Amino acid sequence: MTTTAPTISRTEVEEFLYREARLADEGRYDEWEALWTDDALYWVPSGDTVDPHKQISVIYDHRSRIALRVAQLKTGKRHAQDPRSNVAHLLSNIEVLGEDGAGTHTTATFIAIESRSRGLTTWAGRVEHTLVRRDERILMSRKVVRLVNADQPLPTLAFLI
Amino acid sequence: MTAPALDREAYRRLIEDDRVHGSLYTDPAVFDDELTRIWYRTWVYVGHESEIPQPGDYVVKSIGPQSIIMSRDRQGAVHLLLNRCSHRGNQICEAARGNTGALRCHYHGWTFGTDGALLGYPFRQGYGPDTPKSALGLGRVPRMGSYQGFVFGSFAHAGPSLLEHLGAAREAIDRLVRLSPLGRVELTAGWLHHEVRANWKMLVENETDGYHPQFVHSSIFEVGESHVAEVYSERSAATARDLGGGHTEHDLRAHFRRMDRPLAWFGTTEDRLPDYCRAMREAYGAEKAREILVEGSPHIMVFPNLFIAEIQIFVIQPLAVDRTVQHVTPLQLAGAPDMNRRLLHQASGSVGPAGFLLADDSEMYERNQRGVVAREPEWLILRRGLNRERVDADGHLAGAATDETTQRGIWRHIRAMLTEEVPA
Ligand code: FES
Ligand SMILES: [Fe+2]
Repeated sequence: MTTTAPTISRTEVEEFLYREARLADEGRYDEWEALWTDDALYWVPSGDTVDPHKQISVIYDHRSRIALRVAQLKTGKRHAQDPRSNVAHLLSNIEVLGEDGAGTHTTATFIAIESRSRGLTTWAGRVEHTLVRRDERILMSRKVVRLVNADQPLPTLAFLI
Repeated sequence: MTAPALDREAYRRLIEDDRVHGSLYTDPAVFDDELTRIWYRTWVYVGHESEIPQPGDYVVKSIGPQSIIMSRDRQGAVHLLLNRCSHRGNQICEAARGNTGALRCHYHGWTFGTDGALLGYPFRQGYGPDTPKSALGLGRVPRMGSYQGFVFGSFAHAGPSLLEHLGAAREAIDRLVRLSPLGRVELTAGWLHHEVRANWKMLVENETDGYHPQFVHSSIFEVGESHVAEVYSERSAATARDLGGGHTEHDLRAHFRRMDRPLAWFGTTEDRLPDYCRAMREAYGAEKAREILVEGSPHIMVFPNLFIAEIQIFVIQPLAVDRTVQHVTPLQLAGAPDMNRRLLHQASGSVGPAGFLLADDSEMYERNQRGVVAREPEWLILRRGLNRERVDADGHLAGAATDETTQRGIWRHIRAMLTEEVPA
């Protein structure tokens, strides 16, 4: 296995993750949405989610629902994001776990500090991506955000985490 | 230090028929009064029997800030126990749920049955014969009642029965369970816990507020498909109703009868859910099944904390005068797996901290809380629909879908409870 060069390099992984976080933080919704493949899944499990088809998740968006989420944000009437939260994502502990037919699997830890009238909220956890190369571009087909406090009461989470 | 309680006269002044004072949402003394005169007195919804199907099952629930263990003992009986060791007060259950032969306190090792009885304590020699185990069980919510699997508890030792408390809300719960071909709901699809910096009454009042959806939810109505905008418009045939006892509902049946299409209330059609529709016809007969599927699910706020919101169940938990947790789970219907998948999918989009609907509702609760601290004007106006309010055939006050008949009904009951004019 050591002879096969990874389809996506570590540098490319890092660049993608940082860019994805920055586009979300800056509310560049169209550019953020363009990072997803057509068969994408954006998933934030709750403390109760064992199987997302059996228990409710905080977010369980297939591609069409990602589009709906972005479209709602872009109406300018998504009150929970109007004004937009100021958010700074920090990514660390990035690992490339491996690669299979689905793509390159990565994991990282994150902290996202959110500021709005409510005050500062600290969001933290582990984020897992599945990345694929399509026509020279790197896209994500899966992003799972495992919040450290997924089992606790959460404040409103209307920005792109 | 608890703030001094307000006297009855104060509440008569602060709660008028068509306006309420802003301090009712912000004054910690009012919150303390509400705990003692409402939350620790009336029937409060705790959990559903389907959450603890097996002997030994337990879930940790709440009555306001009080942590409550709802358990099923070896014989199958349900108990509401306080999550506090009878020895020196440790919280017993840390996990949100489990199955066990005995609940153990990890401080000094006392163990309790899932019926709350003290089973034993380590190093027995330290206790003489004058320490009877039978008197040292876990604390218990004095009264417990169950209706259609919905378990309620009351800290009042005496008072109206659960059925008396539910009153006209009972019929709405019946309408909910008949959506299952087996006549049972199952709250087994997990919970989201959404914390807001707002007073609990803002949530209760919003649950049957038909005036806000067009404005608060306009973003999702603009980009998604939803029948909700239509239901809460001036054209709607729906009714806002004060059922008494603080219970309020939006009766949407007239609206959906006018549409006369099965499952329109759920934004879908029969051909998408063939198994469910077949099971319903087999259970109720074609005619009755059609009626049930046309009329849809109830939208009712059972005072003070159970909101049956058509396709999901919310439970409101006050923690402080400006802190509330809203727990929510998708409705699941016994004997309807295809329907349940859709119910779960739809709820995942709509509710909870990131929900297309609830994130904006919660934003409003918090803005409302920040607004009512203003010194001027001091009052919130609840006059909408007074000009067209009527008494319906069942003797309930009824208004148009967007009217504040519901908020007035909620406050009338809160006033009666805070002035202690009604039994719990
Ligand atoms: S406090 Fe529970 S055993 Fe001592
Ligand atoms: Fe709403």
